[in-house]
Amino acid sequence: MNAQLSGMERPGRSGLAPAASAALLVILVVAMAVLPLTPLGADKFTIQLLTRIMIMAILAMSLDLAMGVCGLVSFGHAAFFGLAGYVLALVAPQGEAAGFWTSIAMAMAATAVLALVMGALVLRTTGVYFIMVTLALAQMLYFLFHDTKLAGGSDGIYIYVRPDATLFGFRPFDLDNVQHLYYVVLVALSLSYLLLRRVLSSLFGKVMSGIRINESRMQSLGYATFRYKLVCFMLSGTFAGLAGYFAAVQFGVVNPDMLGWHLSGSAMMMVILGGMGTLWGAVIGAAAMILAEMGFQALPAVTINGSEFNLGKHWQLWMGSFIVLVALYLPQGLGGALSALWRALFARKAAPRP
Amino acid sequence: MSDIVLRTDTLTRCFGGLTAVRDVSLACRFGEIHAVIGPNGAGKSTLVNLLSGDLPPSAGRIFFGERDITGLASHQVARMGVGRSYQKTNIFLPLSTFENCRLAAQTRLGHSMRFFRHALSFAEINAAADEAMVAAGLVGRADVIAATLSHGEQRQLEIAMALATRPRLLLLDEPLAGMGGDESARIVELLGGLARDHAILLIEHDMDAVFAVADVLTVMVNGAVLESGSPESIRSSHAVQEAYLGSDGVHG
Repeated sequence: MNAQLSGMERPGRSGLAPAASAALLVILVVAMAVLPLTPLGADKFTIQLLTRIMIMAILAMSLDLAMGVCGLVSFGHAAFFGLAGYVLALVAPQGEAAGFWTSIAMAMAATAVLALVMGALVLRTTGVYFIMVTLALAQMLYFLFHDTKLAGGSDGIYIYVRPDATLFGFRPFDLDNVQHLYYVVLVALSLSYLLLRRVLSSLFGKVMSGIRINESRMQSLGYATFRYKLVCFMLSGTFAGLAGYFAAVQFGVVNPDMLGWHLSGSAMMMVILGGMGTLWGAVIGAAAMILAEMGFQALPAVTINGSEFNLGKHWQLWMGSFIVLVALYLPQGLGGALSALWRALFARKAAPRP
Repeated sequence: MSDIVLRTDTLTRCFGGLTAVRDVSLACRFGEIHAVIGPNGAGKSTLVNLLSGDLPPSAGRIFFGERDITGLASHQVARMGVGRSYQKTNIFLPLSTFENCRLAAQTRLGHSMRFFRHALSFAEINAAADEAMVAAGLVGRADVIAATLSHGEQRQLEIAMALATRPRLLLLDEPLAGMGGDESARIVELLGGLARDHAILLIEHDMDAVFAVADVLTVMVNGAVLESGSPESIRSSHAVQEAYLGSDGVHG
């Protein structure tokens, strides 16, 4: 009815102009894509490290969807990650390759079902109870695999042959090749990001944000919030499963640690470190956490007052301090700090936001 | 009576030993403002919470049109065409004024399990949000973050959000709370206009405003209805003057 209002430009949520952030994304993906062709990327270790970072980035992003976008602070996301790995291990025939396309679909379907069942139970609770119940259910799954002979018990199972991607007689890539795996995971991360980003800007995405901000108001507006939270939890769990599938492919082994609370906690720290609710913040958080961990572990031994102290061996001390400092001084995480920096450098001419 | 939008039958709500609302029977008609007044603690807000489904009643029934909606959840009640505003401002503070209204208008679509199309591309939803902002007097404030709006504007946004869901019945819990004179006058004018195509249940402490806009008045004391009728009959009621108006001389 009001042309002036309707025609008004409405700024997006990210703070960056859409064109600028799209350009940045393309540059990053292209840089990642050409990296294996450069001398820096010729090293197998670097490629494997980056693959691992990208896998954890998918996991962190999936958790960010639940936690940062919808306010569902799940402390049990390792359950989805680990279950997908176990599905791959269990469907692979003894000593033969599993089909890549069928096994990845089965792993994601299984995690979707697990998230549906788990969500139907845990979403009846909120706040600190939600955190504890997600943790409890995930630990139940951990002990199921740890204490039974279902899948190798506490030792886990080896996946001796990586999945075979042959489709209609054509083999597009070979997962035994570290560079191929790198590219497949890069594509998976990019597509997951684009898809979830799209979902965030949809009607469903707006409902998720509304629930995080003020769930009871959403209900009084007419939203059956339970349903939306359940779908969000399923979507989130399924992408955590995607990450777990690739982790199992990369390491060639699955064990109960993939389901443990330690991993759930790491994923949560990645999201907090990178900044919540933006998805790309989670990607930065995953990279920062893995690289910081490696950096601290590589610290040398020093001699203080004649006694030797190994800085690298006590890396968790530095890691903890790092996380505390980020939490204290960068409440929007590293991602928030980066986008503030970006705005200060390039977007000075843009209209001031209220 | 076909123009009755909402009707309650001996509605009661107890909190432990306290009966906050006792045997309240009232009706809201299309095109009418039904104001509920009464001293603090009379049970007015509890009544609104019962009608909106935020609280289940202990006894009694609520009918929306012909349908018994007793015990339905708040989102189900809202879906039927009941919009409410809160006494204590209850909005999405980090979102813009427009997004607050758009989110409210989005409920018109039936469901929001739509994952790909951009939320801002639904022209009819954007138009409904704009319309609600204009109706509530928030022109030009679309892109302001709700947290930075003035108190009066936040109250207006409350009403805009309730309107954006396109309700048949509006439950307004003290829409004038904490508003200045000019702001109040604007909202009173707005309410008069809204009454043409809504049923309105209004809880309000501002007696000048209530007597200016209400078609029907119900006076509640200690959870029960003391008297109900036209503003003139309430004004001249001896019982009401004794119990409520007379003592502090607001309208004696």
